[in-house]
Amino acid sequence: MTPEAKPPQAIAGAPEQVSQERREFLKQCAAAAPLLLATIAVAEGVAAGAEEPNYKPEEHYYGMGISVNKCIGCGRCVDACKTENNVPREPFYFRTWVERYVITTDGQTVVTSPNGGIEGFPSTVSEKGILRTFFVPKLCNHCANPPCVQVCPVGATFLTRDGVVLVDKDYCIGCRYCIQACPYGARFLNPVTRTAEKCTFCYHRVVQGKVPACVEVCPTGARVFGDVTARSSPLARFVRFNEIQVLKPQLNTEPKVYYANLDGEVR
Amino acid sequence: MPQQVNRLVVVFLILGGSLTVARHYMVPKTFGALGHYRAAAIDANASKPEVYAGHEACALCHPDIAKVHDEARHRSVACEVCHGAQAAHVESPADHKPPAPRQRGFCPLCHGYDPSRPTGFPQIDPVSHNPGRPCITCHNPHAPVPPHTPQECSACHGEIARTKALSKHTTVPCTTCHHVEETHKINPLLSTPTKPQTREFCGQCHAQGAKGAPDVARVDLSTHGERYVCWQCHYAHFPEVP
Repeated sequence: MTPEAKPPQAIAGAPEQVSQERREFLKQCAAAAPLLLATIAVAEGVAAGAEEPNYKPEEHYYGMGISVNKCIGCGRCVDACKTENNVPREPFYFRTWVERYVITTDGQTVVTSPNGGIEGFPSTVSEKGILRTFFVPKLCNHCANPPCVQVCPVGATFLTRDGVVLVDKDYCIGCRYCIQACPYGARFLNPVTRTAEKCTFCYHRVVQGKVPACVEVCPTGARVFGDVTARSSPLARFVRFNEIQVLKPQLNTEPKVYYANLDGEVR
Repeated sequence: MPQQVNRLVVVFLILGGSLTVARHYMVPKTFGALGHYRAAAIDANASKPEVYAGHEACALCHPDIAKVHDEARHRSVACEVCHGAQAAHVESPADHKPPAPRQRGFCPLCHGYDPSRPTGFPQIDPVSHNPGRPCITCHNPHAPVPPHTPQECSACHGEIARTKALSKHTTVPCTTCHHVEETHKINPLLSTPTKPQTREFCGQCHAQGAKGAPDVARVDLSTHGERYVCWQCHYAHFPEVP
């Protein structure tokens, strides 16, 4: 053995005690690892078991149909939505709202939505010079390709397997990116929780087999809710018997709110 | 392997291990189970209490009203449209009594005249329609019908009546151009009024040689718009010359 090879041996030999402790520590770590993995597995198993027993999300894919020529602008849907979902009553916080379009003979398009239409529409518009006028209910379009989900930095908004865009309000950091990203203006920041909020298709009702509150109260049947993919659902029938348009199709967001008899002026 | 490398490996193992442990505690339990989100948030969204019970729940205890309602014109109007959200009433009927809107202001939310409403939807002018009397004195809200068979077309077709009143056709009664069966007044969809089917019908007043006042517009039917019935171009309730 050459003299150059000696020093490492001497160094390794000196802190014999330390080396022993390290070995012990690593052994303990190795022993603890399976325990840790087991804990993770159990925790995930518990969370997965918390889903509704009878509801199978993969069997559904929800959408809504809106007949513009049936809407009477009574605003019952806006009121029902706020009641069902505990949305702040002040103006500017809406999960759904109704707009009145007035297209005048001189080519102007005037869109109004006083307090979202929750108290109806005061009929102060002069009838003179109106070419066309109608109401358009609006809400989150539950896009199949949602821009709001793309921009969320923390994964607090997502598209579920049954085609509903939801917000995780316990995980949302309130950065408002999604509000900026939504091309339909369907989101707002809840002033109480300081988290983003939007239409959920009344997900808590839907999993019970009920329809969203706005569909429940619509007196003229202007709103239709159901499975997009099902052969027989109220929505499938609606899509089959109407000429369907969606809002802002050029954005490729693939909305799942389908409008029948939609005027070309509606944006 | 040289000892320095061994030590580096140990350091990296410890770093990696602590990262794994930290990630385990900092990333929510169900994050990533179904996608880039917390799967538990679906349950959180699904577990909210319902406020609207749904009209099926109402019919369970009030079958008599439901039977009347489901056969009447208001069958598409769910109970909770007028009576408010009543999941609490379904839970404990004695503690939560549903309100019934009896005041005059409520019904015009749907039935007040508004030009933006679809044509044919029953609308009244709340100012001129029996002012001061609550709607329910004449109309049963569960099975609403006009208390008398309407005599005037304007009772239902207010939008057209208002437009016509401002037009040159204001003195022409509806029945001059439309033949209306008596059954239309009781069940509107059973028989719909007719429209003029020939150009000669309008020609009775508007052809070159027609009798009548000299200021009525006249055209030569043989050369004017020969392929069309007049109302396909001219809106007869508000005739304008393009």
